[in-house]
Amino acid sequence: MTGHSADVRARLESEAREIIARYPRSGSALLPMLHLMQAEEGYVSPHGIELCAELLDITAAEVAAVATFYTMYKRRPNGTYSVGVCTNTLCAVMGGDQIFATLKEHLGIGHDETTEDGAVTLEHLECNAACDYAPVMMVNWEFFDNQTPESAVGLVDDLRSGTTVTPTRGATLCTFKEVSRVLAGFPDGRAHEGPAAGPATLAGLEIYRSQQEDAAKPASPASEKDGVK
Amino acid sequence: MTATLTPVLSRTWDQPRSWTREVYEQHDGYAGLRAALDKTPEEVTQLVKDSELRGRGGAGFPTGMKWGFIPQGGDKPIYLVVNADESEPGTCKDVPFMMANPHELVEGVVIASYAIRAAHAFIYVRGEVVHVLRRLQSAVAEAYEAGYLGKDVLGSGYDLELTVHAGAGAYICGEETALLDSLEGRRGQPRLRPPFPAVAGLYSSPTVINNVESIASVPSILRHGAEWFAAMGTHNDNPKLRSKGFTLYSLSGHVVRPGQYEAPLGITLRELLDLSGGVREGHQLKFWTPGGSSTPLLTAEHLDVPLSYEGIASAKSMLGTKALQVFDETTCVVRAVLRWTEFYAHESCGKCTPCREGTFWLVQILRRLESGKSTQAQLEEDLEKLLDICDSILGRSFCALGDGATAPITSSLEFFRDEYVAHVEHGGCPFDPAASTVFTEPAGSTTGAGAR
Repeated sequence: MTGHSADVRARLESEAREIIARYPRSGSALLPMLHLMQAEEGYVSPHGIELCAELLDITAAEVAAVATFYTMYKRRPNGTYSVGVCTNTLCAVMGGDQIFATLKEHLGIGHDETTEDGAVTLEHLECNAACDYAPVMMVNWEFFDNQTPESAVGLVDDLRSGTTVTPTRGATLCTFKEVSRVLAGFPDGRAHEGPAAGPATLAGLEIYRSQQEDAAKPASPASEKDGVK
Repeated sequence: MTATLTPVLSRTWDQPRSWTREVYEQHDGYAGLRAALDKTPEEVTQLVKDSELRGRGGAGFPTGMKWGFIPQGGDKPIYLVVNADESEPGTCKDVPFMMANPHELVEGVVIASYAIRAAHAFIYVRGEVVHVLRRLQSAVAEAYEAGYLGKDVLGSGYDLELTVHAGAGAYICGEETALLDSLEGRRGQPRLRPPFPAVAGLYSSPTVINNVESIASVPSILRHGAEWFAAMGTHNDNPKLRSKGFTLYSLSGHVVRPGQYEAPLGITLRELLDLSGGVREGHQLKFWTPGGSSTPLLTAEHLDVPLSYEGIASAKSMLGTKALQVFDETTCVVRAVLRWTEFYAHESCGKCTPCREGTFWLVQILRRLESGKSTQAQLEEDLEKLLDICDSILGRSFCALGDGATAPITSSLEFFRDEYVAHVEHGGCPFDPAASTVFTEPAGSTTGAGAR
């Protein structure tokens, strides 16, 4: 009935049952299950939709209605790397528009299109909650902070040539399918990679620490506990 | 005098491996939970009420009061849902917090769940931040191992399951009832209220939905007490005209040092800019948002308005998420407003007509104005039509997305009407977009200002 081979189907079914078991009601498993389908095929395929419907005992139309509502679910095979440029107002003003235009020209593709080698799918993104690092790019939902048109071109060239790429704040870059598995709720053991915070995240704390140092000389060192007495 | 910073949530962020249980426990981690379990659930709720903690996700509803609305003693299960779907343009506090200090959120979840007698809690985190998801997954697993979650939490007899759930890309899911629909596996569309989630929320059961920062502020209240918390912030005899505690202010845009600044409520943008080095060199503040793009724009004349719930309300805007997006004089306000409006039109869920149709037409008119294609004869009608459509959306939409869509338009027309006119007179945008970027040297600049 589905386009998955028997062993793939058996594995997906078993993992979907694991997802369903996390929730008081099975319907809640649908979003993570759709991430799981992307982890297998790089997009939500028609037979991925059917499998979800079958396992949740809802119609394929109901699954498709959900799958098409959310922008992270892809309707065509995605590239190995989803390269997103934030073009919401703040990032756009700070240079996101120029970065996106440069990448379109450099890669010869537009929004939601994939390079011929299948490496890069280019997207413009809405605000990704890293405005203090504007202009921001995301690759497979990892942060690439404080970008320029030049750094963006270097980044996609590295991705296409297979050079190892490390996000500003995040783990060693995984493929789109691998990341989709984490989104489905299956940890990949990389939580301890990368820093706790970038420089902008620490801006206020650093100012506070230097204020404390100034005030506390030569008294007791700055408390590492709550910053309030 | 220099304004005070009060790092509480951010106190551990510069510690190596701050996201691990081991490091969190070295910094009083889970001490708040132990204190909570020595109290009754009602006592915990009362403590949070006494602290006067208000929601940090935008609406500012008193957190303890929300918990108190949950009907107790019924036969339906009670749920806690944490809204970690941080997507409001400009807002960037919960994501770095969860990456650096996820255990404080987990601790807050256990305390809040205990207070409302929930047996299952959820953290709904937006999907587009996979490393934050990893850190949450890891923190929850560590909390189960240590007995902070699961059966018989720390020997108290209280049981709690916590599930981390990744969204799939939809701004509307930050709206609490849309989030519930999404968590139930449906399209994220807001629900009609009443019934309110406190009565019929997740799976039609009593549900509390709180923002990440609201929940994460709770452990410190348990550690130090309500009085400690309420000593920070603004003071007034009328409880509605004061804002208690500390909060994360997120400074972004054309500033020397963008970032997270944890301070008592009521600090001003001027004080934050003084602390952080100000607007980028050689430039002046033009406009800013106090709490994301859904909060009406403010200008340099509002630099001394206290960044408190009541302070910003008095300036006819909203504290929102405390996302201070700062734009200097190189920025075209019409371009900024058009881009935000395109965002709202894209993210409108389509459920209600005023928002679905209204945001579409706002984009059409703004594009005509921004590109200079409007004519002198048409200009007045276009500007009037913008306000007319905003009037049809504001307060007439299903949820706050529609209201938010009108905020940049009406406020920019109040403060920068001339700039709309200038686009028509100029036959297009009179600004050079290169001048507002961080990497292009503005023409005539003699300094490195703005370069990185």
